[in-house]
Amino acid sequence: MESTEKPDIKTTPAVYAKLNVIDSYEEERDDEEEEEKRDKTKIIILVSLLILIVVFFVSFVLGRYSVSIKQVGYIFAAKLFNLPQTWTIEQEIVVFQIRLPRILSAILIGAALSISGAAYQGIFKNPMVSPDILGASAGAGFGAAVAILLDYNVFGIQLFAFVFGLMAVGLAYLISSIVGRGNSSILLLVLTGMVVSALFQALISVTKYAADPNDKLPAITFWLMGGLSSITYNDIAMFLVPFIIGAVPIILLKWRLNVLSFSEEEAKALGINTKKLRLVIIFCATLLAAGSVALAGIIGWVGLIIPHLARILVGPNHKDLIPASLIMGATYLLFVDDIARAALSMEIPIGILTAIIGAPFFLFMLLKGKKGAWL
Amino acid sequence: MVIKLEIRNITCGYGSTNILHHISLIIETGQIMCLLGPNGVGKTTLFKSILGSINPVEGSVLLDGKDVSRLTNKYRAQVIAYVPQAHTPAFPFKVFDVVVMGRTAHIGIFASPSKIDLEISKDALADLHISHLKNKIYTEISGGERQLVLIARALAQQPKLLIMDEPTSNLDFGNQVRVLEEVQKLSGKGIGVLMTSHFPDHAFLCSTQVGLMHRNGDIIIGEVDDVVTEENLRLAYGVEVKITSVQREDGQRIKTCVPMLSLS
Repeated sequence: MESTEKPDIKTTPAVYAKLNVIDSYEEERDDEEEEEKRDKTKIIILVSLLILIVVFFVSFVLGRYSVSIKQVGYIFAAKLFNLPQTWTIEQEIVVFQIRLPRILSAILIGAALSISGAAYQGIFKNPMVSPDILGASAGAGFGAAVAILLDYNVFGIQLFAFVFGLMAVGLAYLISSIVGRGNSSILLLVLTGMVVSALFQALISVTKYAADPNDKLPAITFWLMGGLSSITYNDIAMFLVPFIIGAVPIILLKWRLNVLSFSEEEAKALGINTKKLRLVIIFCATLLAAGSVALAGIIGWVGLIIPHLARILVGPNHKDLIPASLIMGATYLLFVDDIARAALSMEIPIGILTAIIGAPFFLFMLLKGKKGAWL
Repeated sequence: MVIKLEIRNITCGYGSTNILHHISLIIETGQIMCLLGPNGVGKTTLFKSILGSINPVEGSVLLDGKDVSRLTNKYRAQVIAYVPQAHTPAFPFKVFDVVVMGRTAHIGIFASPSKIDLEISKDALADLHISHLKNKIYTEISGGERQLVLIARALAQQPKLLIMDEPTSNLDFGNQVRVLEEVQKLSGKGIGVLMTSHFPDHAFLCSTQVGLMHRNGDIIIGEVDDVVTEENLRLAYGVEVKITSVQREDGQRIKTCVPMLSLS
């Protein structure tokens, strides 16, 4: 027989009321905690923006020709508010014609590579992915090498690099679609990306082998190492086209990217047209990656480590991750380019520096990163 | 309003191999249908065809008379939610972020979740009594908690029908019972549930309808008492069972199924 006298803890009104109080108290505390977290994320993004602004101005000071930060500030203010000229014409040329385009291109390329990396990592559900996973860099490198071999001018080299970068990714996507009979799975796409990448790497070697070792070969090698030294305002204006077409959709779709990190079935069941969304993101991220390579050569590591850094700081939600990656990537590449042009009396190729700084930085993050909040 | 999902005589599978042959069943809002059957019999394949991931070679899946394969994912997701088995995603999202993703089908393509979406997600967590998990990291909680979070996500989707893939697998005994209680509550609220299970007892506990799938491709559909019999279970699983019953406090009898281990 069941005893009817034993009070059931759940049904005792007093206990129930008490539980309710605790419940609502905890919920309030949770809300506060959440609010705090949101604030923390906002502060982190704001602080990184401030750092970017500081690095932006400091970058004008660095370099052989000395311009003080005061003068830089005054030149900018004077241009904005039509103040009388107190600086030399050389200073103005250094600030506006030499350093500003370079600073702007570092910011844009750093941002482009980082957004591209964050988006690729999201759709491939893998934090080890970088923007060259589908062959964008190898393809662009090959395009540039061919253009150099054919004696094309800078514009020709950029165009070839850009088109071949897009073509390589298109090829990887197409092959994966054919192999997967219309349903290209993520794994298949990574594999075909590797194949296409390897193929174009080999083709780069072919162009190097065929190149004249006195002038063409060094030109190709040097171009592949990456550098921002020869970028003009015209180049930047041209780069803005793929940058805007690539970055804006990713920023707009950033929340949906979260859903793509779940399995195909789930994302579909949650109401997403996975195939279309993935194709759009791949296209946009590739525009950014290929455009960057076309403008500045192959700059590795940025697209891999910056999304990681951002994930450590603001969490994996792409709603925060994409803006954070954008700002931190811009800051990082600007910082590295400052070292590239000011550390030694000669320019260090930036692609080498990003790897030399990036590799230990990445190891440091692996060692120090709070594991749960990141990987 | 009753919404009806009708699977009409479908044959489907992967590539050239068909796993399901001429299967038909109907599920309506407020019903619970439990699918039983041995591993590899095609329960997951059936779900995939309902969710539009694979197109049937023959027959069709109709949602209120409309062919599911012609619906957009967004439209379908506003009516049918899917609860997968607990899994580990690549990124350590917060539990609340995961639940809010249930709102995807209700949010504009370029938009982020609004205050209302966040409220609905909070309510979904509260409904399952897991509000305390809200700010935890999804990849760090236990498998049982993850399963509850995925159910909360499906609730945030505000569906009329719920497709649950073995919602009790990976769960300890207490959590299994809790999930079944939730399933029952959901049907009380007018949601239709189609779930798979490995335990005939779960069908006795909460389902109104049972589909027992056999390896040879047959499916027996009907009231739980008619379908889950000693004879049918032996045919489906190839093991001996006895079905007995216990009396609940309110006098209702509940059946249960006890396997007879072969004594050799």
